[in-house]
Amino acid sequence: MNGQTHDPRFVILDLPPKEENLQVPGPYTRSPSLSPRVNPSAPPVTLTIDGQAVTVPAGTVVIEAAKQAGIEIPSYCYYPGLTLQGACRMCLVTIEKMPKLQTACTTIVAPGMVVHTETEEAKNARKAMLEFLLTNHPLDCPVCDKGGECELQDAVFRYGAAETRFMETKMHHDERKFSSLVYYDWPRCILCYRCVRVCDEGLDVNAYGIGFRGAHSEIIPNQGEKLECEECGMCIDVCPVGALTSGTYRYKTRPWEMTYTGTVCNHCGDGCKTTLAIRNNKIIRANNRDHSGFNGEFLCVKGRFGWDFVNSDQRLTAPLIRKNGHQESSTWEEALELTVARLQGLLREHGPASVAVIGSNRTTNEENYLLGRFARTVLGTNNLDHHRTADFPSLVGALTVPQAHDRHATMEEIGEAHSILVVGNDPTHQHPLIAYQIRHAARNHDARVYLLNDREIKLLRQAKQFVRVPEGMGADAIRALAGTPAPRLAANANDLNALREKLQREPETVIIFGDEIKGKTVADLVQWGLSLPGRTRFVALGDYANSRGAADMGLLPDVLPGYRALSDQSARDRMEATWGAKIPHLPGRDIRAILKGIDSGEIKALLVFGSNPVKTFKLAKGHLGKLAFLLVAELFPTETTETADVVLPATSFAEKSGTVTNTCGQVQALKKTMRKAGTRSDLEILLALARMMGHAWGYRTTDDVLREIIARVPGYAVPLPSLLVGRAVATQPTGAPPELSSDDLIFSSRDSLFTSGTVGRFSWALNSVDEAKRPYGHIF
Amino acid sequence: MLSEALHKKFDQLVSRYPLKRSAIVPLLLYAQDEVGCVSEEVIAEVARRVDVRPIEVIEVIGYYSMLHRQPLGKYNFQVCTNISCMLRGADDIFDYCKTKLGIKHKQTTPDGRFSLEEVECLGACTGAPAMQVNYDFYENLTPAKIDAVIDDLKKK
Amino acid sequence: MAGYNNPMGNSPLEVKVISKRFGLPDSMSLKTYVQNEGYEALKKALSMKPDDVINIVKNSGLRGRGGAGFNTGMKWSFVPKQSPKPKYVVCNADESEPGTCKDRPLMEYDPHQLIEGIIIAGYAIQSNQGFIYVRGEYRYLLDIIDRALAEAQSGGYLGKNILGSGFDFALCTHTGAGAYECGEETALLNSLEGLRGYPRIKPPFPAVVGLYGGPTVINNVETLSNVPHIILKGAEWYAQLGSPKNGGTRLFCLSGHINRPGVYELPMGFPLRRMLEEIGGGIPGGKKLKAVIPGGSSCPVLTASEIDVNMDYDSVAKIGSMLGSGGVVVMDEDTCMVNLMGRIMHFYAHESCGWCIPCREGTSWLNHMIERFHGGGALPDDADTALDVSYNILGKTLCPLGDAAAMPAISILKKFRGEFDEHLKLGHCPFEKKAVSVA
Ligand SMILES: Cc1cc2nc3c(=O)[nH]c(=O)nc-3n(C[C@H](O)[C@H](O)[C@H](O)COP(=O)(O)O)c2cc1C
Ligand code: SF4
Ligand code: FES
Repeated sequence: MNGQTHDPRFVILDLPPKEENLQVPGPYTRSPSLSPRVNPSAPPVTLTIDGQAVTVPAGTVVIEAAKQAGIEIPSYCYYPGLTLQGACRMCLVTIEKMPKLQTACTTIVAPGMVVHTETEEAKNARKAMLEFLLTNHPLDCPVCDKGGECELQDAVFRYGAAETRFMETKMHHDERKFSSLVYYDWPRCILCYRCVRVCDEGLDVNAYGIGFRGAHSEIIPNQGEKLECEECGMCIDVCPVGALTSGTYRYKTRPWEMTYTGTVCNHCGDGCKTTLAIRNNKIIRANNRDHSGFNGEFLCVKGRFGWDFVNSDQRLTAPLIRKNGHQESSTWEEALELTVARLQGLLREHGPASVAVIGSNRTTNEENYLLGRFARTVLGTNNLDHHRTADFPSLVGALTVPQAHDRHATMEEIGEAHSILVVGNDPTHQHPLIAYQIRHAARNHDARVYLLNDREIKLLRQAKQFVRVPEGMGADAIRALAGTPAPRLAANANDLNALREKLQREPETVIIFGDEIKGKTVADLVQWGLSLPGRTRFVALGDYANSRGAADMGLLPDVLPGYRALSDQSARDRMEATWGAKIPHLPGRDIRAILKGIDSGEIKALLVFGSNPVKTFKLAKGHLGKLAFLLVAELFPTETTETADVVLPATSFAEKSGTVTNTCGQVQALKKTMRKAGTRSDLEILLALARMMGHAWGYRTTDDVLREIIARVPGYAVPLPSLLVGRAVATQPTGAPPELSSDDLIFSSRDSLFTSGTVGRFSWALNSVDEAKRPYGHIF
Repeated sequence: MLSEALHKKFDQLVSRYPLKRSAIVPLLLYAQDEVGCVSEEVIAEVARRVDVRPIEVIEVIGYYSMLHRQPLGKYNFQVCTNISCMLRGADDIFDYCKTKLGIKHKQTTPDGRFSLEEVECLGACTGAPAMQVNYDFYENLTPAKIDAVIDDLKKK
Repeated sequence: MAGYNNPMGNSPLEVKVISKRFGLPDSMSLKTYVQNEGYEALKKALSMKPDDVINIVKNSGLRGRGGAGFNTGMKWSFVPKQSPKPKYVVCNADESEPGTCKDRPLMEYDPHQLIEGIIIAGYAIQSNQGFIYVRGEYRYLLDIIDRALAEAQSGGYLGKNILGSGFDFALCTHTGAGAYECGEETALLNSLEGLRGYPRIKPPFPAVVGLYGGPTVINNVETLSNVPHIILKGAEWYAQLGSPKNGGTRLFCLSGHINRPGVYELPMGFPLRRMLEEIGGGIPGGKKLKAVIPGGSSCPVLTASEIDVNMDYDSVAKIGSMLGSGGVVVMDEDTCMVNLMGRIMHFYAHESCGWCIPCREGTSWLNHMIERFHGGGALPDDADTALDVSYNILGKTLCPLGDAAAMPAISILKKFRGEFDEHLKLGHCPFEKKAVSVA
């Protein structure tokens, strides 16, 4: 006992907040441990570690200070960002003036502290801990998935405790299958509790517990023998040993037999960095253990396991052309020549207004940019659109007022925010990384989270206030927030007033909104947000990896790349000069009008790239049958390819290079990691079609297209080298795009954690988990 | 179905604490006394009462040696064999119980009447060797005393 | 037969302070208590400034009876005066240290004395709520204490506006469910919060950040039972009962190979030899003494040649052991120390919470190794390995349970190495035939 005074750097268990009557189980209630907090406002602390002077922010733990000095202190239970445990005792160091060895992971730096990390005493202690750990460890390293990248192996190598004096019988339990994706091997478990904490504190799922006591302690799943959770697999990744293994990776390969490429996940719009591990031209594993992107180590179930659609044997690998009513395999030459012949024929006969193009939310910026160029200059039509899942143009337009173009929040800024308003959407399902960032902000710096929604979503557990409005009343609610009385929302008036008052007191707020907010309402929301005293930033939530890029690149009937209205003469001139061709100056048909035009017979030819409108727009069977010509470039056979005259097998995200822009407007590079025989990228397809139709575009590589985007698309002047080294670069879009013509152009497909449009259907992993069978919105 | 009296006890226990979950162990223990073990029903009810997820209750159960998920015999013989008792012949007493009841450590007689456990120090060191049958203490044990206890309980 | 056999010994050498009411008729009732100075100290304390109460306790030299022996008043003084979060008093009635059974009679025979002590502690640190954490096995004590609490409340000694002073204090019991580790103060707090009984990282210490994050004083039953007497009779009176810096009396639990086992209240610093011979009446069967554990199984054992020591914290510490919880366990010449160590290790392995590696793996390793060794499977390196393993636990664990296992292990391995060598040589236990149980 000594007279330590209260240290505000520690977050301590508190009584549940009575405020707003919300039951907040919160991540702290179960954790017996503490979270270290760095205090940036206190003067930095200088201490000595192994003879080096190190200056770090007050509140830093010794193990982190050492890391800054390039000194590595081994640790198992310590994990940056998770609460402290002091359990594994691997990080014991000698600190002068302290009677015994201290754990570097729990000791807060103090001015003048003198730390020695490699004294004989400390080294012996670590060796002793390793000997203890190995007593019941099975030493099945040759067949263990973790062999070669095991933190226990590494430490034994370093401190040498390989010879055991342990003569007793090792305890054994058989391996257990917690889910189709997560297996647990008790004897290998060293009880560092990283899995328990990452699930509780990071994911707020709390699917793991600790069973029994003492040497019999074990990790237990929440449903008897099974896990019911988000299946994100973070637990597997943070496990320092091979106790938790992956249902998709186990016993497949050794880590050194794979090649690794850092790229971007292709599922939702958040844009997590991921490292794909390839062996024999197949993806074996995905993770982000090098923390290379804004997602750190985070990946959701789709990112960590859902890439397996790429390996699916149902992939299209040869073009199909319709002959006598049947689709038959053909060569690429035949398919492309047929396409060109049919297109040219129809263009001659019915004119460019009879042709339409539907683009994709997943293809790269380069592909989308060229698709726009192809439609507008080669086909000569503005009948160009895609399935819009968020109203990016309205947001960009609303923020194009003086001093506001930089009010697009980045993914990092969400995690650092102190106040967050989420309007609509269910980020846990639709934007897992954003949900993670929001929880992170709430947990690590008490960010206030406010929710406005028509249903209860899981983030409620972090929320300070939740205003629930009836479905479809988002627009009224926003106007009410902005101060216009909304008679239809009389019942919510007090809540909305309270919310407004709270936000007026916030020094800065990130406002995140889903597809519920579109058109004029976006302008209302932004205008009100900008009028708040604090600094407000915005994010519109769109589905899929490049929905933002599709809008940025102008896959729209009335908007040119960079949100320049088609009606803007100077913008048209600029693109015409770039492309060396004329652009029709009347807006084309939007996607609903295209579909209507097909029904009415006005649209004769449709080109679909990476999209499945039959499913998305719930088209009747035979709707597309009215077309004279349908071309679909796809990965898989779909409801749309069924009717196609030509189906072109496209490459997936793993098989091509290019860039994608996440929902926050940050561009990142995809890296080609493998080949898929028989497929071609949309970019290659477009280049070939353009050439065959008499347009010499002159791009040699994807980077050539990117350079043009950087040079010619407003807001995209991003440094190419940054992209190439794997950074996420924020764009700064501005523009005055035309108003949204109809609300029903924008709708989210409401994918859950376990679905991902078409490709999700072809993922074994996503369909294998029991949770996938639960209704959408089920909270774990 | 948990009894009305137990529900009352739950109400009263939960209200003692500033944080509801503090009541988990007492709730489990009293429920176990009534039900015979911590059943799935008890887990669900306790979790509901204190607003935690069932796994948090299960974690707690695993930790404490007096909480059981499977029913024990009606009379649970808990013989202390820790040092003070050991020095005064607790091992013989334990062996005697084994023979007499015909069961081993952590087993229950087929009729479900008795179970036997070797336990840690019961806090009866000056009355060693000692045991507890359910919550009742028996001290300065001899084989004859054990016989008497068993006969007595059999009559009940 | 159910219930409790009187554990109290009886000796003219006793100095009865906290056990003085034990023999009185209906000693656990409020009536008896009030007739015998009961709640007088509370009245007096409520008329004093809280800081003065703390100072009296500090000056009395009262040291924690739970094991560590920290000055109680000093501990109270670490509680911040101003706290945004509520403060708490927690009474540690988890009594689980092998060889210790002194808190039990205090709660059974004089629960009001404890309750009064807790209320005074609450007043001293200006807390309004307290808990008595009773080990699950002591179920019958919960009923006794709960009844006493109800009496105290109706008598106006507990609850709102105590004795018209304006001071409020709520107190209730809480039950554990079988876990030695929950006696460790921070594990106790987690247990009391409905979590697994894992210890917490210190600092911050409970006096600053304790129960529900509020400043918390945790004291043993015996410690708190002394408080009313100190307040009533003064610091000096209390201090002079014992030896320097070791105020008062203490309950010693004599058990094991001794003729008159029992709990005795003796002045601090009472000589161990006299305790064994004059109070305990020597060893049964006229056998010779081999070893003594002076304060519960966590303390290094003393050999027969080390028993000329005064039983206070400092004197026992000087000869390399600890006064601990007052559990004096006596072993005669026919005791197998290897067997004893095996049993002690069995206990710690069973009770290790499993949170930290050295204790979780080390205690279970020692347990299995020593049981094998004693059972005839001794290997030449075992004793050295066991010593090494013990040292690898010592001082490296999160909470003191690891040390509590390592210290007796080291002392037995060092002081009785000969017995280990003999086991190795014979291939079986040399005492097997000789040991005769007393019962
Ligand atoms: C493993 C372990 C078990 C303990 N068990 C008890 C116990 O059963 N009763 C007790 O009063 N103190 C116990 N203690 C001591 C407490 O941690 C704490 O020091 C004590 O409750 C403080 O009260 P005191 O100052 O009045 O002694 C234990 C300590 C450890 C490390
Ligand atoms: S020393 Fe470690 S494992 Fe042992 S009881 Fe303490 S924290 Fe638990
Ligand atoms: S890393 Fe410090 S104790 Fe585990």
